[in-house]
Amino acid sequence: MASQEILREEPSRGSFINDPRVRGIFFQALVLVLLVAGVWWVTHNVIANLTRLHIASGFGFLKGRAGFDISESAIAYSSDSTYFRAILVGFINTVIVAVVGIITATIIGFIVGIGRLSHNWLIRKICTVYVEVFRNIPPLLVIFFWYSGVLAVLPPPRDSINLPFGSFLNQRGFYFPRAMWGEGSWLILVALLLGIAMAWFVARKARQRQMATGQPFPVFWTSIALIVGLPLLAYALSGFPLSFEFPKQSTFNLVGGFQVRPEFLSLYLALSCYTAAFIAEIVRAGIRGVSAGQTEAAAALGLRSGSILRLVVVPQAMRIVIPPLTSQYLNLTKNSSLAIAIGYPDLTATAGTVLNQTGQAVEGVVIMMAVYLALSLITSAVMNVVNARMALVER
Amino acid sequence: MQEHDMSWVRTEMALAQAAPSSERGLGAWVRKNLIASTGDTILTIIGIVLVAMILPQIVNWAFINAQWTGPDRTVCATVAQGGIQPDGWTGACWAFVNAKFGQFMFGRYPLEERWRPILVAILFVALLVPLLIPRVPRKGLNAILLFFALPVVAFVLLLGGMFGLPYVETPLWGGLLVTLSLSFVGIAVSLPVGIVLALGRRSNMPIVKLLCVIFIETVRGIPLITVLFFASVMLPLFLPAGVSFDKFLRALIGVSLFAAAYMAEVVRGGLQAIPKGQYEGADSLGLSYWQKMGLVVMPQALKLVIPGIVNTFIGMFKDTSLVIVISMFDLLGIVKQNFSDASWATPQTARSGLVFAAFIFWLFCFGMSRYSMYTERRLDTGHKR
Repeated sequence: MASQEILREEPSRGSFINDPRVRGIFFQALVLVLLVAGVWWVTHNVIANLTRLHIASGFGFLKGRAGFDISESAIAYSSDSTYFRAILVGFINTVIVAVVGIITATIIGFIVGIGRLSHNWLIRKICTVYVEVFRNIPPLLVIFFWYSGVLAVLPPPRDSINLPFGSFLNQRGFYFPRAMWGEGSWLILVALLLGIAMAWFVARKARQRQMATGQPFPVFWTSIALIVGLPLLAYALSGFPLSFEFPKQSTFNLVGGFQVRPEFLSLYLALSCYTAAFIAEIVRAGIRGVSAGQTEAAAALGLRSGSILRLVVVPQAMRIVIPPLTSQYLNLTKNSSLAIAIGYPDLTATAGTVLNQTGQAVEGVVIMMAVYLALSLITSAVMNVVNARMALVER
Repeated sequence: MQEHDMSWVRTEMALAQAAPSSERGLGAWVRKNLIASTGDTILTIIGIVLVAMILPQIVNWAFINAQWTGPDRTVCATVAQGGIQPDGWTGACWAFVNAKFGQFMFGRYPLEERWRPILVAILFVALLVPLLIPRVPRKGLNAILLFFALPVVAFVLLLGGMFGLPYVETPLWGGLLVTLSLSFVGIAVSLPVGIVLALGRRSNMPIVKLLCVIFIETVRGIPLITVLFFASVMLPLFLPAGVSFDKFLRALIGVSLFAAAYMAEVVRGGLQAIPKGQYEGADSLGLSYWQKMGLVVMPQALKLVIPGIVNTFIGMFKDTSLVIVISMFDLLGIVKQNFSDASWATPQTARSGLVFAAFIFWLFCFGMSRYSMYTERRLDTGHKR
């Protein structure tokens, strides 16, 4: 009994200096004090500097007249628009180049990644060379290469290179026919949306039926027929409202058509080529990560090689692929800020101009950071949803 | 009558028969690797056409038609462009690279002082190479010299202003010198800072953890250009009036902080992969926190994430090229700046200069990635199946 009494007593901990809890609280308090002091010092300096430079803080400056031109704009913009609109134009440009770049990089990346695992020696080597070249060069250099090394030395507009479908390529960019939507074109859009919805519905039903009865249904071809066929039908019904405006040679320049400027073209090509090399490596690692036993078991069940890839290997590989793929998408979005080096008016470029004109350094940088953070968070949220759908369903 | 033993045991292995002729030689290899099936044959033909279209053009441009030496732009321009080459000529203008080589390496560093960066480069190589070869002894001393003594010596030698060396201000630095010094300092700073951040993120102290998470996630969510903008536009505002930072130092801080956030995530991955038993084992031995981390957890965790660490290094090496946006001239910046030199302006100048810069970047990055693969194999002490 006596010994138990002794055991129940709180053992002596020695000095309280050695108590991890006390130490933890002490260190955190220290960090907090240092942080608060640092923030106070910085704020104090910023306020002093701003008063000295006669700059009013706050976001009121966004309503002011911008007074500079932007070469590329998806929405109406002139130098009389506000600073806010200028930054908005830049934001839209960033989103455009990021989305188009992500799509292209994914396509090239998957082709090259699968090519690196091909049984064909030549294809394997070509893909390896592609990956090793682009992975080890700074993206900015690739952008400069397209811009000053390739596009800038193309012929002038007078000697434009003719490409198929009435499009042209010259120093000032890439020109292709502009689609002119006539009366009743909205019907085509409605038909397209309807087609996509119906294809989704058919796919779901077919899947349910296959699960229940084992009878397959040609989902792919039905979907293609619905998504392509319905808009074509609507096009015919509404009396062929679509026409094209072709770019034409005039004395000094090409007029008409849709012009893609060399700034956008070089940024887009460079980001796609560069990111594709990384995506290729991710895809290769994903496919290699599916054990050979899976392929062999599928083959033993009598599946053909196409079906093995589609039904067994790819779904499992996607689980490995999606998280790093997400960070590559984020990288591409962030790398699009390199546009500033060649003068494509993206968010960083327009916000930088605004920042230089108004001297509102703090607000300018805060806007840039907030927008990029928001873009990153949105992209990762979307990819997390995709990932959750793909993830292994465990019991 | 002789005893005859009928049993016979072969004392040596029978020689293996040669593989059937259909499995041997070039023909079999081609059949297996190039024309195994109809689809394969089509792919091979597409591949051959691709190579035949691209490769001769590259070889022609880079070697056969290239101009290696020359005084000015005339050697790289066609007659119509005011040069000596026949019309329709395209080839690399290595003469441009040749003429500007000193600038590409050292920027505007004064000519008579260029022995100083060269000496630093020799010291760097002399310290780095033995560190990279596993068999050479005294790794500890070597590392201390490389990461602590060399930066001090390099700082004195490159900047000057003491021991009778003339002062060379940082705006004069440029080219590969800037690229390498930015990356070296970035690597030396980001790894320890990244380790501390990763430990902070996994710490039990809520405030420390929160601060580390906020820092890491913010920096990872924004582009490096924004960080550099921050360092060049906002740092001066943060300091009392009159105090100013060197632009080179600002770029160094920006690049190092940026790389540290990525490094922290890589190290955290390694920390998470270490089984809990290792932590508990170290605790039960009575090791303190830093002993536990330094002697038990980190050596295992860092070994696991060597590829990730080297990838971050490579990424940072490539990212140093972005300092061009805050008007500093690293290798890429100085190459681009020289495009505007009127005495070398030809259609081939930009391409040649960029290909040269790409080659230098490629050499360093490819070398790093190959060395990491070698280290990974060497340190792979795990059980192999």
